[in-house]
Amino acid sequence: MKILVALKQVPARDFPVEADAARAWIDESALNYEMNEPDAYALEAALRVKESSGGEVIALSAGPERVQSALREALAKGADRAIHICVDGEAARGADPAVTAGMLEAAVREEQPQLVLTGLQSDDTGSGQTGVILAARLGWPHATLVVAIEPGADSVRVRRELEAGWFQHVTLPLPAVLTIQSGISRLRYATLMGIKRAKTKEIRRVEPPAGTAEAAGLRLLGLAEPRRQKQTQFLEGPPAEQAARLVEKLRFEARVL
Amino acid sequence: MSRILAVLERQAGAWHKMSMEALAGALELGRATGLGVSACVPGPGAGEAAAQAAAAGVDEVYALEHEALESYTADAWVEALGGLVAEIQPVFVLFPHTYQTRDFAPALAARFRRTLMADATGFSMEGGAPVFERLLFQGKHIGRFVFETPAPNFVSFQAGAFRAAQPAGSSATAQVIVKRPALDPALIRQRPEPPFREAAQAVDLSAAERIVAVGRGIQDEGNLELARQLAAALGAELAASRPIIDNGWLPLDRQVGSSGQTVAPKLYIALGISGAIQHIVGMKGAGCIVAINRDPKAPIFEIADYALVGDLFEITPALLDALSS
Repeated sequence: MKILVALKQVPARDFPVEADAARAWIDESALNYEMNEPDAYALEAALRVKESSGGEVIALSAGPERVQSALREALAKGADRAIHICVDGEAARGADPAVTAGMLEAAVREEQPQLVLTGLQSDDTGSGQTGVILAARLGWPHATLVVAIEPGADSVRVRRELEAGWFQHVTLPLPAVLTIQSGISRLRYATLMGIKRAKTKEIRRVEPPAGTAEAAGLRLLGLAEPRRQKQTQFLEGPPAEQAARLVEKLRFEARVL
Repeated sequence: MSRILAVLERQAGAWHKMSMEALAGALELGRATGLGVSACVPGPGAGEAAAQAAAAGVDEVYALEHEALESYTADAWVEALGGLVAEIQPVFVLFPHTYQTRDFAPALAARFRRTLMADATGFSMEGGAPVFERLLFQGKHIGRFVFETPAPNFVSFQAGAFRAAQPAGSSATAQVIVKRPALDPALIRQRPEPPFREAAQAVDLSAAERIVAVGRGIQDEGNLELARQLAAALGAELAASRPIIDNGWLPLDRQVGSSGQTVAPKLYIALGISGAIQHIVGMKGAGCIVAINRDPKAPIFEIADYALVGDLFEITPALLDALSS
């Protein structure tokens, strides 16, 4: 089965993300980036389908030059080849997921895979929509929050996560788009051999379709500071002091011990 | 017609709890914009549910009834709601931010060549038009967004964005309009099977008085022992955010958040949890929230009563000492 995995590169979780001086967007100059975690699970799911029933896995990402490292990582983990939609500036931010879906759509139409997998949402803009919009634009069926995939000859049976611990099986005709829930299976690490092989694999560069940036229906005016919803007491000092003050507060102020 | 259409969701024969929050958001947007509010209830029991939505303060309720709407599929929902939106031409179409909304609403918006404003946390009026806020970067920033597109525009409201609407009582009168959408079942591509639960939940966290919850900050499965010791010292249940469950370090029935359990203990201690919205919606009802995290900007601190910025591997042993003295 030919599977295309759409993945995004996002600011690394463990680092602060500061607004730029104008509060128009984040300050991108001092950031580390990593593969969006739900997309890493989508890649993992695609590699497992390939390992069990054969085929090809193609990694796809839209973004500036830096996304090459995310694509290279996908190749090192076992993707066969990659496509980089070279786009920078506002269109690359993902403020309007339909703009992203429009760029991916062109690449999917050209590749004609049977399945497109992507993470259920990104850790940066977090709209959780790109896969569903992509399916709508392609005229393909979709399923979201997928936690297991059983590929068939001309259909796919998936297990979807519903709310509060419920699940459901759904069968879709191919081709289809699936958005993958985190935790679908354990993520693999790239092996040394994989990293070596990745260097010889192809990353094809393509241009985004004309008019991509102008297609936005949502406009980001700027960033605002998160608001504190409670009168939070910060307990300062060395750990022993913090701990002692907390226990006192819990006993005598909150009265929960 | 200049109206707002609130699409409400039913779950197992009752309101999804987010539906009344979305309805409250619709009524507030209606007051701010001067637009009337209609509600729409697709699927089984729609007629009865519509009467309740009417009591909550909307002046018009559409009940969409069709055998193809008896069990949820994205295709049927997009088809049925697409027909209604095309017919009544609302200015805004609003949704509760549920898993079901995530599954079909982006496709419904795409049918009208619009983008859904997903999980808005609120809005303010600027120059006569609403500016919507959404969380970005895992809650580290708030993005302020506007629509560039003319009506209809589509918005889903994040859990907790509005206080749930209350039925106003029997005096409310609203027109209930039952519609049978033109739906060809042969065109529905998803074939759903009945929902199921993996196994009986072994742990009911919603009944716990105290919870110690761990997140990514715990770093390693072996370090869970520290959290277990703290839970034991407090007589608390151990819980976790999603990444810990995804790693297989704790079973699913220990998960708190939108895909796990919703809890409201007297005491909730968050160890190394950054506070992604998916986690916060599951625990912000706790009486007293303690957050221990090394990142002073972690969103968990915005809802904490007591904040301890620092290394949990130093603070937790110190807490165990302080509790035993």
